[in-house]
Amino acid sequence: MFIIKCPYCGERDHSEFSYGGEAHITRPKQPTELSDGQWAEYLFMRKNIKGLQYERWNHSHGCRRWFNMARDTSNDKIHSVYKIGENPPK
Amino acid sequence: MKKKYSIFALIKNSLTYHENWQRVWRDPEPKPQYDAVIIGGGGHGLATAYYLAKEHNLRNIAVVEKGWIGGGNTGRNTTIIRSNYLWDASAGLYDHALKIWESLSQELNYNVMFSQRGVMNLAHNQHDVRELKRRTHANRLNGIDCEWLSVEQVKKFCPIINCSPDIRYPVMGSTLQRRAGTARHDAVAWAFARGADSLGVDIIQNCEVKGIKRNGDKIEGIETTKGFIKTSKIGVVAAGHSSVIANMAGLKLPLESKPLQALVSEPIKPIIDTVVMSNAVHAYVSQSDKGELVIGAGTDSYISYTQKGTHEIIEGTLAAILELYPIFSRLRMLRQWGGVVDICPDASPIISKTSIEGLYFNCGWGTGGFKATPGSGHLFAHTIAKDEPHPLNASFNINRFVSGDLVDEHGAAAVAH
Repeated sequence: MFIIKCPYCGERDHSEFSYGGEAHITRPKQPTELSDGQWAEYLFMRKNIKGLQYERWNHSHGCRRWFNMARDTSNDKIHSVYKIGENPPK
Repeated sequence: MKKKYSIFALIKNSLTYHENWQRVWRDPEPKPQYDAVIIGGGGHGLATAYYLAKEHNLRNIAVVEKGWIGGGNTGRNTTIIRSNYLWDASAGLYDHALKIWESLSQELNYNVMFSQRGVMNLAHNQHDVRELKRRTHANRLNGIDCEWLSVEQVKKFCPIINCSPDIRYPVMGSTLQRRAGTARHDAVAWAFARGADSLGVDIIQNCEVKGIKRNGDKIEGIETTKGFIKTSKIGVVAAGHSSVIANMAGLKLPLESKPLQALVSEPIKPIIDTVVMSNAVHAYVSQSDKGELVIGAGTDSYISYTQKGTHEIIEGTLAAILELYPIFSRLRMLRQWGGVVDICPDASPIISKTSIEGLYFNCGWGTGGFKATPGSGHLFAHTIAKDEPHPLNASFNINRFVSGDLVDEHGAAAVAH
């Protein structure tokens, strides 16, 4: 169990939030021009990192807005949260 | 040569206060070179090594394990074994395993405590009834035993289930697979370890893989905490850490690793002699031979390698357990734990070659890999030895995510995680 600091609402229990998977996967601009392999890469292949991961969360039982988070998946420690469209912190 | 376990061996060793039992497996240092190395000393990895040695005569092989054997998900599951899957490919895979379970103790001369006590899957609404009846028919067409129980039959088969029509999610029937059941998880790992060791397999514990050495698209060996090991074939059976190993080889897998929890109660007298699962309310329970209730909870939604989940998952599961079994209301829980499970988008495993020659993956078992342990090892050994899949695991190749030929068992698995 951990506390998440929503960039819009502040600190809340994580049970108010929904997980949205790996962040910064850009939808291909021309899906019809992709090979099956490239489409599979976009759709299914994931880094599934043990360590610092950039991921999306939604404050589904709060403001219902999406945002990004940098979290260490080996200990669930949250390093930072940042808004959609912003670059991940170094 | 391993001495056989028998009633005579037991009597003989009791005369010397059980101080002279033979060591169950050796504790070797790694050799500089092996014909094949299995990464991961859980049930699946040890079974792979055993069948590689026994059926494919590969004797110069090793299993490397970063902790102790059977200490990962093999020691962290709820030991349920069944094969009542919907799709043909899954039915073939899991029933292959179930058939091996039926004679495994004899084959390995080790009591894995396989108990065919039956597995029930409860229906709580009209949709469940339709889906589970469909699955019953699909199972039978695939030669897998499965029957449908009415509410009255449910009550008769497992009297402690609350079959009152007044509860929030009333029981409306159930499937029953009588050949399904449970086994003793530690014994499975130890039995395969003993079997593999006696065929010459080196089981190397406390040996973590740090890197995979490639020469172009060929495997050259692995870097470990016990030094470099040269090999041309690597079988990765690392469960929740499969992606970590894949990243070392420069591969990406369609996996997400999530914490899955389970818990056991204080031991009580025998009260439930079968396994009961419920998808709709997400609760499943059986009773171990020690008398503890073994209760499976769900996964958390986010990726985590922490081996611990959140409390609301447990709370949700126990709420469902208490509504279905009011008789458990004053039981105390003894232990709770989490395991890291690697889940595929279609909730089916990957037993496959990869784009790198000599690198094979057996992963993606997600929330239900224990039941497949012997079958998984058997088919993965075939895939590694022949460099091509066995017909039973051909559908479970990694290319299905490119071709789109998925084996979608999300809805058909007995419990949705």
